[in-house]
Amino acid sequence: MSDAKKFMYINRKAPYGTIYAWESLEVVLIGAAFDQEVSLAFVDDGVYQLMKGQDTTEVGIKNFSPTYAALGDYDVNKIYIEKESLEARGLTLDDLQHLVWEDEDEDWAEKDSIRVVTSAELAEIFEQQDITLSF
Amino acid sequence: MSILHTVNKSTYERDTLEACVRLAAKGGSVLLIEDGVYSAMSGGNKSSVIENAKDLSFYVLGPDIKARGLSEDRLIDGVKVVDYKGFVELSVSNDSVSAWL
Repeated sequence: MSDAKKFMYINRKAPYGTIYAWESLEVVLIGAAFDQEVSLAFVDDGVYQLMKGQDTTEVGIKNFSPTYAALGDYDVNKIYIEKESLEARGLTLDDLQHLVWEDEDEDWAEKDSIRVVTSAELAEIFEQQDITLSF
Repeated sequence: MSILHTVNKSTYERDTLEACVRLAAKGGSVLLIEDGVYSAMSGGNKSSVIENAKDLSFYVLGPDIKARGLSEDRLIDGVKVVDYKGFVELSVSNDSVSAWL
């Protein structure tokens, strides 16, 4: 694990309108398979990626939102949402998917993956990363 | 002369809707499609862009709000939902279509 680097993926785009959100999710899952320490941040229109109840049947695009629920199984359990971005859009945590992971050190207790943080807190979290990738 | 304006960008990311609203003549119609539909949600700090544009009629494309997990009951008052057929009807009932990017 000494080779593990801290990766931060910053997601700033809404889903579907551009390919960034889907590309980010693919890269995150690939990175996680290499035992790196992965964190995700959702800021600006990126918070829309996690909206509950997405149904793309009528637009003919793949609905990739259920894939976020798999992140916990890849040990991706540090998912930060910027409070200011949610509030600017009139959203609350209840509007987003409930993402969880199972802690093997605590008899697989189910824990929340999402943490709502302020811009200032997020800035400090970014400072602690080895590699930052922006989508 | 009446114009149907379409806007496909989120007003939280681009100023496309603001430009459209500023430059659309009174009585015009604005149809929000793709990421443009986020602009039609109430309770955000950009909701006023639509709320203040009293001289325009606003529409959102239903399939695009469903895709994004947005609910119709949280749309800004007065914004009407149309389906693809409604999109076509708006296109033919106006004299021209102006697509803002």
